[in-house]
Amino acid sequence: MIKVRKFGMYLFLIIVSFISVFPLYWMICASTNKSAEVISGRLVPGTYFMENLKALLASQNVGRALGNSFKYAIILTLLSLVISSLAGYGFEIYHDKAKDMVMNIILLAMMVPFVATMIPLFQMFSKAGWLNSTMGFILPTISTPFLIMMFRQSARSFPHDIMEAARIDGLSEIRIFFQMFIPTMRSTYAAAMTITFMNAWNSYLWPKVIMTDSNSQTMPMVVANLTQGYVTDYGMLMLAVLICTLPTAIVFFCLQNAFAEGITGAVK
Amino acid sequence: MSKPSKKMTLNKKHNLTGWVFLAPGALLIFFMSFVPMGKALLLSFKTGVGAAMKSCGIMNYTRMFQDAVFVQSIKNTFFYLIIQVPLMLIFALILASILNNRQLRFKGLFRTMIFLPCATSLVAYAVIFRSLFANNGIINLLLVNLGILDQPYSFLTNTWSARIVIIIALLWRWTGYNMVFYLAGLQNIEYSVYEAAKIDGASAVQSFFKITVPLLKPTILLTAIMSTNGTLQLFDESVNLTDGGPANASITMSHYIYNMSFKYVPNFGYAAAMSFLILVLVAILAFLQMKVGDKRD
Repeated sequence: MIKVRKFGMYLFLIIVSFISVFPLYWMICASTNKSAEVISGRLVPGTYFMENLKALLASQNVGRALGNSFKYAIILTLLSLVISSLAGYGFEIYHDKAKDMVMNIILLAMMVPFVATMIPLFQMFSKAGWLNSTMGFILPTISTPFLIMMFRQSARSFPHDIMEAARIDGLSEIRIFFQMFIPTMRSTYAAAMTITFMNAWNSYLWPKVIMTDSNSQTMPMVVANLTQGYVTDYGMLMLAVLICTLPTAIVFFCLQNAFAEGITGAVK
Repeated sequence: MSKPSKKMTLNKKHNLTGWVFLAPGALLIFFMSFVPMGKALLLSFKTGVGAAMKSCGIMNYTRMFQDAVFVQSIKNTFFYLIIQVPLMLIFALILASILNNRQLRFKGLFRTMIFLPCATSLVAYAVIFRSLFANNGIINLLLVNLGILDQPYSFLTNTWSARIVIIIALLWRWTGYNMVFYLAGLQNIEYSVYEAAKIDGASAVQSFFKITVPLLKPTILLTAIMSTNGTLQLFDESVNLTDGGPANASITMSHYIYNMSFKYVPNFGYAAAMSFLILVLVAILAFLQMKVGDKRD
């Protein structure tokens, strides 16, 4: 009886794992095969990779889109980590009634759906001349309630003794933050970094709104463009999907635990 | 006498330092979230384009309930919400409690594989599912070869199948994500509780309902609120998987608002009014869920 149950459990997990992995495996196979072979159901990697790549580069400016995506995502992640962690640290270490109240108001912003701010943001940004710019991409999400809350929680475990000792040594408050807090909270920063980078790389609605010029398009936008035609070249399309997925997949495999901590980070 | 006053000034100084530290982050949220929200509210009472906008009272709000496409998009969004979110959370809970079993082997491998869909961007997985379920896609090929279908079924151009494909895609992408929350929550439950229950003769199903579910209640509540919030804002899947079709049968509210603002002749006032309805819905549903979650049983 117990053996049967155990077997059932493993079978269930294997089926779920298969379903989880199969679409990605299929994508990799398709990106290396001819479109006709993909349609005929070929499920092993092929040798058509270079031809697909040539076709893709001829149809879309992938290099530029990749460059844009990396530029936007990296700048956003760096700024976001500094500004959000500094705010979270400020809220926790120097907390008083007024600051706690401000924090509660900030948390309300979590409930604001992006579509409700999208149109005025678009109007403000086009007036300021920030369409098609890095500034336009990053500004709305540099500071997020989620990250501030996450760093506020982690600042709670920052030992008070260290701070007092540093103050006696004559370190200024800002240097305590940069020289003591950041190095101690390395794992929180890793978690915040993975989640922010992934969100920035994957974002689609906002870039679709403000990146009106094809020179500023991001990688997900290029993938979406490829589906517009009537006849789909599956080999080329899946290669674009693969290229778009690779950076986040690498982050995922290298920093899986940090990523898991990142999404659950502010919960504890 | 001088000591306390010195401490006062130090406290004041620290208090000020705190404000300086949190100011950039707080101001950004104020100007990027609350200010646009206020502007959207004002905009929702106006009609017209650009400088020619004029006040129109609550016309935008009455109009949206007579707008067949918008009503359809509300129905679709709620269909996704009511079917997909509970299914996903139940799957995620079951998977997490299986993976929490100490005797299980290859735990890390299973976890990584089930979590893997989260590594794909929303556009990328929507395009993958669009290809899998295409007329000449592998799902149709499989069903025809197995003899289940005589000829390929057009999943993405039939009303119900298009909606169901979106739900399947959402389940694929987000179940592992929620599972990770439950796994993190389960770490806080002493494993000996499960062992004690087992010795007392409790079955796996009993300990699932009597231990796991009650103790994970705060986490379940959190994931329910997050998923509700996410589902009400669905956009990428509707655009890239079905393009809202066939004939707006699978379009989501955000997708329609986007079309109304940037695809068709822009009507920012009307779009802002519709986006405010989403805001209200998010707030009401989160409030209801918290009320339900607070009840003691």
